[in-house]
Amino acid sequence: MATIVGGIGTSHVPAIANAITNKLYDDPYWAPFFDGYGPARAWLADVRPDVAIVFYNDHGLNFFLDAMPTFAVGAADRYESDDEGWGIGTVEPFAGDAALSWHLIETAMAADFDLTTCQEMLIDHGFWVPMALLWPERPADLKVVPIHVNTVQHPLASAARCEALGVAIGDAVRSWPGDERVVVFGSGGLSHQLEGRRAGFLNPDFDRVCLDALAAGTTATITKHTIPELVDLAGSQGVEVINWLAMRGALGGDVTEVHRNYHIPISNTAAAVQVLAASNVSS
Amino acid sequence: MTTDELPEAVLFDGSLARRGYALNKMCFSLNRPENRAALIADEDAYLDRFGLTDEQRRAVQARDVLGMLDAGGNVYYLAKLAGVLGLGVQDLGALQTGTTVDEFKAQLLEAGRQARAKGDC
Repeated sequence: MATIVGGIGTSHVPAIANAITNKLYDDPYWAPFFDGYGPARAWLADVRPDVAIVFYNDHGLNFFLDAMPTFAVGAADRYESDDEGWGIGTVEPFAGDAALSWHLIETAMAADFDLTTCQEMLIDHGFWVPMALLWPERPADLKVVPIHVNTVQHPLASAARCEALGVAIGDAVRSWPGDERVVVFGSGGLSHQLEGRRAGFLNPDFDRVCLDALAAGTTATITKHTIPELVDLAGSQGVEVINWLAMRGALGGDVTEVHRNYHIPISNTAAAVQVLAASNVSS
Repeated sequence: MTTDELPEAVLFDGSLARRGYALNKMCFSLNRPENRAALIADEDAYLDRFGLTDEQRRAVQARDVLGMLDAGGNVYYLAKLAGVLGLGVQDLGALQTGTTVDEFKAQLLEAGRQARAKGDC
């Protein structure tokens, strides 16, 4: 039986990709952000995951508005990044685990989730910035399952539905006969809004509510809100917190908050990383 | 809460997705380097390929970000166009809020100072 060792929520804005490329780790602007990842990397080194399942939103690399799936699961043995048009680079391809992906898809579909299955899927910065932040030297045997959650075109799936998808994916992992150790990522956020007259909007108070709720397992504090209410509270792009809810859903009941870092500003966002260890997992 | 009740935020919903399709499709095409080169070489001709509305064309030509949003542009796609034009998200923020880029960046830094003073960071 595969084991979920825990989850990590992290921001993913493209500026981070450029900062990594330019090795701005000690730059005064970036250091308070990058320094927040040391404890998260140490935790990963301790729990040694074999597989990373990543809930993220595509920003117009693999999916366009011609066909926008609400939830799309990668089912490939290899995932490549590509030119996103706005000047960030690409990264080495990631190894997938198509057999595990299909098990997740089949199990979640049996639990009434209507998923889009992708045997080819380009992964954008929403997927790989978290990987690059947490694994500066990616383990050679790491495999991934990307799960895209639409945050581009409304209506979005509700926050509660995203959390429930996470629960279904978590149950599916725990019913997989392999002995893989799985870490789950929620990518995006926290509060930010790029567009309109409220561009630059941040909401540290609501971000703290979210981080506390994710740690305590009191996520109804978040899921009680409609998506428009979350957009109002967290900003048009801060709604990406639904990816964190999916991650949290996969972890099950009690977790231990191993680490949290919150920093304003990174680009136009309130940046955060949070590490939640699943209960009863040996390192 | 509906789109109309969210004056401060943007819900890119079906209405905007329909209105903005041609503009967003043009922006999406800029993932390819040959398309970016074509836009830079002859902007009018490139916009012609995608059937932009007059409103969209005027907004792009004027680098009017709020106008592009009103014309159905989605910021994730507009950011690709902005990249080709040499603008980052903070340039976009300044253009939309009527500030200079330095003022926009300073507001973000000030938000960080306030959050640290309150113990949020």
